[in-house]
Amino acid sequence: MASLVLKDLSKSFGNVAVLHGIDLTMQSGEMLVIVGASGCGKSTLLRLVAGLEAPTSGRILLDERDMAPLDPAERDIAMVFQNYALYPHMTVFDNMAYGLRIRGLARGDIKARVESAADMLGLLPLLGRKPRQLSGGQRQRVAMGRAIVRQPKLFLFDEPLSNLDAKLRVQMRAEIRRLQRRMGVTSLYVTHDQVEAMTLGDRLLVLHQGRGVQLATPMEVFDRPANTYVAGFIGAPSMNMLPATLSHGGTAAVTSLGAVIPFADGRRPGEDGRRLILGIRPEHVALDPAGVVLQIDLVEPLGSETVVIGRLPDGDLFSVKLPGASPSAETIGVSIPPDALHVFDAETGLRLPGGSAP
Amino acid sequence: MNGRIDWPAHVVLVLGAVLFLLPIWLVVTGSTLDPDAIARGELSLVPRLGGLGVYASVMTEGSPGAGPVWRMLMVSAGMALTIAFGKIIISVLSAYAVTFFRFPFRMTAFWIIFITLMLPVEVRIIPTYSVMSDLGLINTFPGLTVPLIASATATLLFRQTFLAVPDELMEAARMDGAGPWRFLKDILVPVSAANIAALFVILFVYGWNQYLWPLLVATDPKLDTIVIGIVKMIGTETKTEWNRVMATAVLALLPPIAVVMLMQRWFVKGLTEGDK
Repeated sequence: MASLVLKDLSKSFGNVAVLHGIDLTMQSGEMLVIVGASGCGKSTLLRLVAGLEAPTSGRILLDERDMAPLDPAERDIAMVFQNYALYPHMTVFDNMAYGLRIRGLARGDIKARVESAADMLGLLPLLGRKPRQLSGGQRQRVAMGRAIVRQPKLFLFDEPLSNLDAKLRVQMRAEIRRLQRRMGVTSLYVTHDQVEAMTLGDRLLVLHQGRGVQLATPMEVFDRPANTYVAGFIGAPSMNMLPATLSHGGTAAVTSLGAVIPFADGRRPGEDGRRLILGIRPEHVALDPAGVVLQIDLVEPLGSETVVIGRLPDGDLFSVKLPGASPSAETIGVSIPPDALHVFDAETGLRLPGGSAP
Repeated sequence: MNGRIDWPAHVVLVLGAVLFLLPIWLVVTGSTLDPDAIARGELSLVPRLGGLGVYASVMTEGSPGAGPVWRMLMVSAGMALTIAFGKIIISVLSAYAVTFFRFPFRMTAFWIIFITLMLPVEVRIIPTYSVMSDLGLINTFPGLTVPLIASATATLLFRQTFLAVPDELMEAARMDGAGPWRFLKDILVPVSAANIAALFVILFVYGWNQYLWPLLVATDPKLDTIVIGIVKMIGTETKTEWNRVMATAVLALLPPIAVVMLMQRWFVKGLTEGDK
């Protein structure tokens, strides 16, 4: 059990700045998911913590101890790699035991630790096999086993599920979560998959272009995205974004189609006419025969629900998630319920919370 | 592939095999014949079983102009093994350095090694001889082998092999606490074992077949390799006993064949699979 603190952590490769001043405090036993599109710097952040790269500036503290002078092996951190990085010529047992042998543990201890980890992961019958004789899911387990036997202070996961097929991914996701809870090891998990991020994390850190955009619980990130990037990134299908302007003394927005949507949660600051972006999640859009007409472009039936992608009268794409089967008409009328509205500033992209004084 | 025999392909294959095997077969039968018969040009394709005693004789007694074959085989084997192992050790280390470490003039070092590819042994043979002479290594076993050990080709091949090793493997080893030596010994060499074996075969045959350098540097008959020995047997003063020459040639063929056969499985795997 350990706490991890990152202070103003930055990394540049030559002239290219990859991370700009990341601040983060993790509690003991917490599972924090770093999520972002590829190239946002999330893997670099993980490698800095692991000690595989040196930060350009900033500090990494594990249990209040500065990690800077320590080698990766001395940091008491274990990492699960995206492609597992199993030693191809070693058996499953040796793969898990290698780190312990280097640390000079007694044979009996090594055997006990490896067997207990293998038992936990259901790998006992496979201990004598080579990695090439294992399926993807089994390799994944061995990679986790190698991390577990070390009994580290901190687990690092670098997109560990991205090489698995969809069904296995769901299964392993639950398994990782269960294991992490059971062992109570502080964990940093990097992924680009928002479903993984939402389901695994106690908290999420959304990274965008090397900056931490939002650090909050998954539901907080979903319900109150900090800016338009987070709003578009988390949630599938993506949130609809509509250009609009502030009106009625800051208590409503007028969309470019002329619809007036009052704010349910109070007024926004600024002059009338301030440019806004309105966000509405597809699942929150209401069917309304009197509302805006949506020309249906594409229907994606998902079984329990249906995603309808259509065009607004001005030609912009707009998606709606409807419960049940797909509509048979070529057009549907939709409206935006005011209480499901997200309001962002058009220039900065930042969320404008409601409730400011007139 | 459809189960029927592809006759034209087989005919070509058999013709090719015969073309390669005929000279070797001629040497094998020739070694058993009477030396005078060979001198008269009466080569037969049927071996004379009574002549097989020549093998025991060349092994222990040798031939006019050269010592016993067993000694020359030992010298050749010693030279080929030293060269093969020496090249592999040097090349693995230098390829490891230029691939996995960041140090000043890393690429310069690599290019210098690479450029020496363009200079075959024959081109640098005079300066090499002079260096060996200054070091007092003429007519010694180190003098015979050491100059042939440096290898740009093997370094280059190992560099390619090592470049194909995923970075994560090294990072995983680092997190497991393996230092540079341990990573080399425990991970990199075992992972590249197939390539090392393939290269060993090539280098052993290369070392075994060396002619020019041993001819120059070792005039002492004790350091005669089998290749040199064969040449010495074809004397100008005495009458050449061709059956003995051919028997020696057959014996000279056997060790490389044995090495290739023993390492065949690894050899093909190493050259084709790039087993990662």
